[in-house]
Amino acid sequence: MNALTKPLNATEARRAARNHILTPRLETPFHPRLAALDVVNDWYNWAGYKAPHSIFDEELEYFAIRSTAALFDISPMVKYRIKGYDAERYLNRLTLRDVRKLAVNRIHYTAWCDDHGHVLDDGTLFRLGEQDFRLCCQERHLPWLLDSAFGFDVEIFEETEEIAGLALQGPTSHAVLAEAGFAGTERLKPFDIATFPHDGGPGCSAVTISRTGFTGDLGYELFVPRAAALSLWDRLWAAGAEHGIRAIGYSALNRTRIEAGFIVANADFVTAEGALRADRVRLPDEIGLDWLVDPDKPSFNGRRAILDARRNQSLKHILVGLEIEGNIAAEHAIVYHRGKREVGLVTAATWSPTAKRNIAIASLERPYGTKFVDDLWVEIYAMRELKYQKMMKRAKVVPRPFVKLARRTATPPGLR
Amino acid sequence: MTSSDAPAKSSTTSATAYDAIVIGAGHNGLAAAAKLGRSGRRVLVLEAANAPGGAARGREFAPGFRSAGLPHLINRLDPEVARDLGLSLSATPGHAMPTAVLDGMNEPAVLRGAYGETIDGVSAEEAAAFGRLRDKLAFQAGILKRFLRRPPPQLGAIGIGDVSTLMAAGFGLIRKGRAEGRDFLRMLLMNVADVAEEYLDDDRLKGLLSFDATLGIHLGPRSPTSLLGLYYRLTGEVDGKSGGQFIPDGGMAAVAPAFLKAAEGAGVIIRCGARVGRILADRGSTRGVVLADGSELTAPVVVSAIHPQATFLHLVDPAETGTGFLRAIRHVRTAGNVAKLDLALSRMPNFTGLTGRDHAGRIVIARSMAHVEEAFNPAKYGEFSQDPVMEIVLPSLADASLAPDGACTLSALVQYAPYRLRQGWETGKPAFLKIVLDILERHAPGIGRTVVAADLSTPVDIEAEYNLPGGHWHHGELQADQLLINRPTGAASGYATPIEGLYLASAGAHPGGGISGLAGWNAARHILAGGSR
Repeated sequence: MNALTKPLNATEARRAARNHILTPRLETPFHPRLAALDVVNDWYNWAGYKAPHSIFDEELEYFAIRSTAALFDISPMVKYRIKGYDAERYLNRLTLRDVRKLAVNRIHYTAWCDDHGHVLDDGTLFRLGEQDFRLCCQERHLPWLLDSAFGFDVEIFEETEEIAGLALQGPTSHAVLAEAGFAGTERLKPFDIATFPHDGGPGCSAVTISRTGFTGDLGYELFVPRAAALSLWDRLWAAGAEHGIRAIGYSALNRTRIEAGFIVANADFVTAEGALRADRVRLPDEIGLDWLVDPDKPSFNGRRAILDARRNQSLKHILVGLEIEGNIAAEHAIVYHRGKREVGLVTAATWSPTAKRNIAIASLERPYGTKFVDDLWVEIYAMRELKYQKMMKRAKVVPRPFVKLARRTATPPGLR
Repeated sequence: MTSSDAPAKSSTTSATAYDAIVIGAGHNGLAAAAKLGRSGRRVLVLEAANAPGGAARGREFAPGFRSAGLPHLINRLDPEVARDLGLSLSATPGHAMPTAVLDGMNEPAVLRGAYGETIDGVSAEEAAAFGRLRDKLAFQAGILKRFLRRPPPQLGAIGIGDVSTLMAAGFGLIRKGRAEGRDFLRMLLMNVADVAEEYLDDDRLKGLLSFDATLGIHLGPRSPTSLLGLYYRLTGEVDGKSGGQFIPDGGMAAVAPAFLKAAEGAGVIIRCGARVGRILADRGSTRGVVLADGSELTAPVVVSAIHPQATFLHLVDPAETGTGFLRAIRHVRTAGNVAKLDLALSRMPNFTGLTGRDHAGRIVIARSMAHVEEAFNPAKYGEFSQDPVMEIVLPSLADASLAPDGACTLSALVQYAPYRLRQGWETGKPAFLKIVLDILERHAPGIGRTVVAADLSTPVDIEAEYNLPGGHWHHGELQADQLLINRPTGAASGYATPIEGLYLASAGAHPGGGISGLAGWNAARHILAGGSR
């Protein structure tokens, strides 16, 4: 018997060591509230956490986002904290956009690449202080972030578990915040951050609110320490009663993000470190992120590969928005040119109730999508009672976003 | 041709602007500078130390006793480099340096000519068997040699030159018949122990091959691929014969001046005591350097003839290179394994069984293959050999100026002495020195009483003295995973680096270490040819 097992008997020790199997999916700090509201019991795995596809009805949840206010748990979103004297310089080397232009209490959407210019992930970068940043993204990157820190005076740690996050989205979202007593949120412009008092129990007296979201609508994201999660939820929920607040799952959110033209890592493109096949990796310009690349800022990972690809015109793919005839969502449909030549794949698609259009995001092989944008078709397989109904539908390249709402950027936002 | 009769290509005459700046006045830096200077470019060499020569920089290690630096003989100076740069480094003809292998029991086995053309002290059959093995290895090394004088092929950009080199290697391979070609492919990645066992019986000869294959490399003779080290040695030649070695006229102290003369003759300006603090780089291209004293010197081409890690981990802003690239550079295996001993002796030592004349040769203490292997075992676990193997030269026999009249110097390369010694070199060094001196006493009785001073440089000392990360004189392990397109790492393996205008030219670049001049010369030729990445 060794020293480790001495205090316990062998059986107890074995049981103690396998407790983790009782929670194969982690529960988010808001789980008790979500579980209580949940009627469909439709959960999926988001980065190791139990997350709802839907809470009560996908269709109604969608309309909560577009018509009233929707509460979506974003706690599983991966969050890194980057602090220190060199934090700005470090992030400027790591990511595509110029972090020197990111003011304190501002956020920008950005992406980062490996040495070959292949996108590792996209995400949002919060500048919480002169030397204090939070990077939020889909995939985990700690080894890459730490290796990138060689030669920089920075401290990096993951705070996904410690920080609870809620997205409050929809036309009445600001009214909910005002009703909840967060005074001054009307001054927040898109991508602004501010802190507001919140009595979240011991160790939590404030909530960080940013005017951001993944819906293309008016909306906010709220962050608190894990322990204050439920008190924040309850405060919003109570205030939202008169403003049509609903808890929602990812399916509804996904429809709005397609309408807004946003992409999702490992759904609309394969991240460089996740790709098993050599031809699946993508340069920013191949997934619609060319606008993030700033050749004038100091050196950054992938710079030369990206600029070389532009100069040599060796970009192979392009991400486009498609409008497809009919009303059947074309998810994962193959895109054809002249109905014959295979030129790409639809990565996300939905019928847009707001735009009243059948929309899709697709990855095409250049020059299709650049030189040849006409005569594109998608082949939709619709399963109808154990038989595929095959439809060849005409598709048109259209600009993203598919849905553009004035209220997303209006400041001060409306209260109804 | 020197710069004085070549048309100057300088576009500027400013005192701080050059066509090329070479960092490090080691022999590779000087070779690169000389080659660039001869094209008419305005070249400046910056050396941190107060004298040029790099690891071949001499120093006084005891009053009246000098060491010529780390290398104590030449076995791979490239004749093409020597001819092209006009290096006057040669031995008096007919004086090829012998190698005596001592085992402490039998009379020494003495290999004469180029790597044992004749061997004293072994049977005629054994000498013939050694000859067969040597010829085979020399033939095979000759095939590999084609790849040393040109940049390694760049994957994705294989040129006509690469193809012709490969084809020439292929033809070279089948020139002696299919069986020889097959044997080459069979042996290429073998260990030296198994190869030696196939041909030889004599423990001393097997010990010598084991020692020569592993000197300066973290491998034992039974480690897979250890034969590569022997090939590498046999790609070196003296008087057109592979495997020879010599000390040039004037001794090893003549090495640095010969390269210096070639550079100065090409109009190169050399500044010693000028430590580079930073390589200027902005958005992926360089425009010069900043010295430690803050002064800025500009040039469109910067040639770093120092260790790749010293270059990219200390001189180039990490923000200017990619995370993946820097990760690869940091992972270059460059922990040294060899200690250098300099002894000041009041008179010439007498190694048992060795004639007076053979004391001027190379003396190897390696009883057997097992001896080398067992010496390696502790190194795997961060300990030095209790019974190390070594190569000894008496430098003052070739250069009397190194020691006072009647006195003598002894230089030994001793392995294994791992850079990361678990007990630390502070306490390890005296213990290891005692072991080495005891071994010398066994082979040269009485030598201990004649020791005036003993100076042992561990890899940690070598690192500090010569700015060599890990104290590794090859600037990184010479093993299969760090050769050719992987030296020092893929994205910098063709002398060009991810920083436009910045080139590597030290032993950390292809084709590696030893005083060959090839890394610097190749780098310069690549730059002159356009220097593409």
